[in-house]
Amino acid sequence: MAIRSLASRKTLAGLKETSSRFLGFRGIQTFTLPDLPYDYSALEPAISGEIMQIHHQKHHQTYVTNYNNALEQLDQAVNKGDASTVVKLQSAIKFNGGGHVNHSIFWKNLAPVNQGGGEPPKGALGSAIDTHFGSLEGLVKKMNAEGAALQGSGWVWLGLDKELKKLVVDTTANQDPLVTKGGSLVPLVGIDVWEHAYYLQYKNVRPDYLKNVWKVINWKYASEVYDKESK
Amino acid sequence: MGRGWVGDGSGLTGWRRFSRKVTVSGVITAGFELKPPPYPLDALEPHMSRETLDYHWGKHHKTYVENLNKQIVGTDLDGLSLEEVVLLSYNKGNMLPAFNNAAQAWNHEFFWESIKPEGGGKPAGELLRLIERDFGSFEDCLERFKSAAASQFGSGWTWLAYKANRLDVANAVNPLPKEEDKKIVIVKTPNAVNPLLWDYSPLLTIDTWEHAYYLDFEVPSKCQMIFTKFESNGSHRVVFYAEPKSSIHKHIHGQACVMGNGKLKARIRNG
Repeated sequence: MAIRSLASRKTLAGLKETSSRFLGFRGIQTFTLPDLPYDYSALEPAISGEIMQIHHQKHHQTYVTNYNNALEQLDQAVNKGDASTVVKLQSAIKFNGGGHVNHSIFWKNLAPVNQGGGEPPKGALGSAIDTHFGSLEGLVKKMNAEGAALQGSGWVWLGLDKELKKLVVDTTANQDPLVTKGGSLVPLVGIDVWEHAYYLQYKNVRPDYLKNVWKVINWKYASEVYDKESK
Repeated sequence: MGRGWVGDGSGLTGWRRFSRKVTVSGVITAGFELKPPPYPLDALEPHMSRETLDYHWGKHHKTYVENLNKQIVGTDLDGLSLEEVVLLSYNKGNMLPAFNNAAQAWNHEFFWESIKPEGGGKPAGELLRLIERDFGSFEDCLERFKSAAASQFGSGWTWLAYKANRLDVANAVNPLPKEEDKKIVIVKTPNAVNPLLWDYSPLLTIDTWEHAYYLDFEVPSKCQMIFTKFESNGSHRVVFYAEPKSSIHKHIHGQACVMGNGKLKARIRNG
């Protein structure tokens, strides 16, 4: 049986990777796993500490590691003028880079209840939600329906279309970031509906996960992004 | 009565849904049933836990079958074989709503037969000859299979399949394929897609959706899962097209199905 031990610290220091390395004439910027601003168990009972730890330390870390590897290979291929390798690497970059981008947003989209998790949005974002979806409940219902209906792995998003100046709900497959659905889309809230995001706790009942995750959604962060991007 | 809980001495249990009978609620249901795996749910331990089988077969697979039946009852797809529903609902890539449930129902039924308790080892006979011809060795084939399964982006399936070299392009002259053009291949498919759609004959499959391994392995250590699962795989599976020039028929039992394009395909299992 797999190990199910729980660490209450945010991350194990030994897992941190070094950042910049210089290759060739140009340095490439590589990435590290961001720390969570809360303990793994802080989102319980909505999301178990076990899931948070594995999701962060294993899944997200793997995306970061593989993204860095792909970037190194890309750098070498670009320097050599190896066009077919550059093209071949695109799917690994999109998948692992997307995984890193999406999960970095996700950890900020969540907060423990005692840090404001679950508190409804106020201010400009709150009004915009009421305008576009009738109410917060209306938005939640729509996102939950689309999240539950998503086949396979992916994400359900609340985004801001900067060009059209409106809120949108959309889904992306696998680790595609929201921007792949439209260049002017800015992610405000993303909910991971890959099975690894909920399976250990909710098993096959994705709708229960979707119902409960809203109790730890950090609307303060989403509002900050909205305010900044809708100027 | 439309359905009942079946339990027999071997420990197999499952819902059996009878075709076109009226249930107690008065609702007429379409005919696909949730077949149980051909072994008890704990028989694959320690490679795959009973808990996983309870959820994977008892919830995921069951839901695909139930939802499929609800979707197709009373429609043109009602009454066809599962393979026909898969091919017709694929609709050349412009999938109809029933595709996902139909293909996943088919995939999972095939998956339970791709693994077995005390399975593993090597294939033999004609299948081994073809694998050695197309991969060099069984070990090489196994390594490539494991890499393919471990490198899936997102949900999907990894298949060992038999591919006949045919080109289905309008206005192209399609030369009669030579015996050597037919190959054993390893293919990865996303989500519910399976190689029937490309007119391949699936031989074995492994489910690489996270729900297939998450309770037992938790982490993306898919290689470990795949290794143990392949160890559980049944051997001695051979598939041949019932084509005019085919010559090999010496097997114990066979299963024929009519594909959407009207061609008869014989799936023959040995052992």
